[in-house]
Amino acid sequence: MRSPVFIAGAGIISAIGNDIAGNLAALESEAAGMGEMQFLRSVHRHKLPVAEVKMNNAALAERAGMSADIGRAALLSAVAAKEALRNAAIDNLSTWRTGFISANTIGGMDKTEDFFKDFLHHPHQGRLRNLVHHECGAVTELVADQLGIKNYISTISTACSSSANAIFFAARLIRQGMLDIVVAGGTDALTRFTLNGFNTLMIVDQQFCQPFDENRRGLNLGEGAGYIVLVSEKVARTLLHQPVCTLSGYCNANDAYHQTASSPDGTGSYLAMKGALEQSGLRPGDIDYINLHGTGTNNNDIAEGTAIKMLFEGYYPPMSSTKSFTGHTLGASGGIEAVFAMLSIQHGLIYPNLRLETPMKELPFMPEKQFRKGVPVRHVLSNSFGFGGNCSSLIFSKI
Amino acid sequence: MYIQAAAGISPQPSFERLLTAPAVYTGNRLSCVEPDYNQLIDPKMIRRMSRIIKMGVAAAMDCLKTASVDMPGAIVTGTAYGCLADTETFLGKMIENDEELLTPTAFIQSTHNTVGAQIALLLKCHNYNNTFVHRGASFESALLDAITLLGEQQVSTVLVGGIDELTATGYTLLSRFGLYKQDVTDSTSLYNRHTRGTIAGEGAAFFLLADQPAGNDYAQLNGISAFYKPGSLAEIEKHIRDLLSAHAVDIDDIDMVITGDNGNIKEDRVYEQLRSSVFRNTPNARFKHLCGEYPTAASFALWLAANMIKEQLVPSCVRAAPADVKPRRILIYNHYQYTYHALYLLSVC
Repeated sequence: MRSPVFIAGAGIISAIGNDIAGNLAALESEAAGMGEMQFLRSVHRHKLPVAEVKMNNAALAERAGMSADIGRAALLSAVAAKEALRNAAIDNLSTWRTGFISANTIGGMDKTEDFFKDFLHHPHQGRLRNLVHHECGAVTELVADQLGIKNYISTISTACSSSANAIFFAARLIRQGMLDIVVAGGTDALTRFTLNGFNTLMIVDQQFCQPFDENRRGLNLGEGAGYIVLVSEKVARTLLHQPVCTLSGYCNANDAYHQTASSPDGTGSYLAMKGALEQSGLRPGDIDYINLHGTGTNNNDIAEGTAIKMLFEGYYPPMSSTKSFTGHTLGASGGIEAVFAMLSIQHGLIYPNLRLETPMKELPFMPEKQFRKGVPVRHVLSNSFGFGGNCSSLIFSKI
Repeated sequence: MYIQAAAGISPQPSFERLLTAPAVYTGNRLSCVEPDYNQLIDPKMIRRMSRIIKMGVAAAMDCLKTASVDMPGAIVTGTAYGCLADTETFLGKMIENDEELLTPTAFIQSTHNTVGAQIALLLKCHNYNNTFVHRGASFESALLDAITLLGEQQVSTVLVGGIDELTATGYTLLSRFGLYKQDVTDSTSLYNRHTRGTIAGEGAAFFLLADQPAGNDYAQLNGISAFYKPGSLAEIEKHIRDLLSAHAVDIDDIDMVITGDNGNIKEDRVYEQLRSSVFRNTPNARFKHLCGEYPTAASFALWLAANMIKEQLVPSCVRAAPADVKPRRILIYNHYQYTYHALYLLSVC
């Protein structure tokens, strides 16, 4: 029943690159993806930097092999999921029981925004085809059909921890023998809805974000998609390339403190990290790199930092927030950061926490400032914490 | 798997009322009969909650109260549309005010995991918490999460629910897609029209699932099966046979099959076909005239089946034909727009 779950491949699209190679190159050259918005139409264009994927919908649609009329989140999802399947290079995919479990928080909201403007004008107005893929599940369904995956498809939405939970759930279905292969992760596109929503909470940085900095001002929103291909031991034995790592630990806990704010001592974050360590049978000292949730908001970073202080006292592994590159991609972030975790193990990489100037004075540690390679990385902890107190941590371990 | 308790807020006031005087609706829209929330939720919290949050949280609290469980091992919800009213409010204001002068409340409550999060907050429950948003399979996804969590034996109870609300705007929009009947006179005649379209519904249903019997459980949930876009009737029949044989049950052992007929002649065809094949000799019950059609409507059917098994009573309003049945085993088969299909097998404890 409890056989290990292997990571056979990955796919990614983010503000710093349209595939794995592009993302790796940007991480190494420390090139952040934020800038003035090019594709999103918003009155905040000159005020709020965002981390957009550097392709318009037509170009994404061409790469995805889908219609440019569908929402951007589905296009991003298809591009990254297809890369993940190519990267895993599984022979005879159709002979296995395969699933697609994808997370997102906004569904087809970009198209709904266009629809709703006309609809508000008159209830008979607005093109229904802009509304037809509004639901979060519709995004997954479109992409699953495009990938030809049918045995099991599902969608998770737990705000910023969504795609970590998708990976977590996928692993459980494989462990219990229900599926052989699952493409799991998440997607989200920038929309006016989320940008304005976060802006009303006054947690959007008007400059490039500075996670874990004493003078941090908030987050930059980003977009993208990230997927890993999880496979059973039986599938792993048939693979052309040896899998890089396993998903060895995972825990989902709830902060139960406030709908949007984290508790000051990071109870949920602490429980998620601690639970993941217990599940993997590892001690804090075994972790070689922590990919922080690290949004750059005052509240997240102190809560997460305090939880790390409690759990890792005496041994602080290298850590960084790659949101300093990609922005906060919400429902995609757990997937994107799972890909970064796999790449960290595969290539021995520690990513820098960009723009870190003044370490937080409450914390006895500070994130990495330089890109490092050739580092033996065996175990990576990846954090995803969200609204609704939803906190999830994943641990990836080298084979 | 045991259903320790089931609680629902639906267009029907209660299971007891289904036995005596079920609510009958005219027109094509059914709305939930909302309880006195003060009995179930801290009144200070109620003020800030929108309608779907109140319905979801109240059903969850009612379920835990019935089970006499203070702290579930996990909380899992399924919702296709999420918090529609809050989404519409924020979206509408954002467009009307051209992205200026917005307040965060509606945005905060618009996230799909709000119901699950509010339950955790109320209970101060730090345990596993997840939300599925997969159209007509949202509730089945949540159930699979719950069942596999229990299968790992790290928790002994899971609170799992299906919630969807129908707002005025949602109703207008779904009507424009042609989902609803224009010729329905009252909900009891739903199955007699033989036309396109159904009636709109909504609801919140929660279940406390446990891996061990508590002694006063509603029913056993032997298994579920969910499948996507089946290619043929034969494929559906195979899923039915596979579920039954996985639990060593013969179709003749099923005392009642609850089918998801919604009055849409196109979508009901498969139920008709099964009634003359696999379900030929099985007494049949239907439920969507009681709750309307919505993506998580199967959660109402599960609530209904769990109550029928617990009470050993079949309300006459659900029977497709008169039959005196004391249900020991119930099979539910429902599909949503012929895309998402689900089977549930229940038995008496």
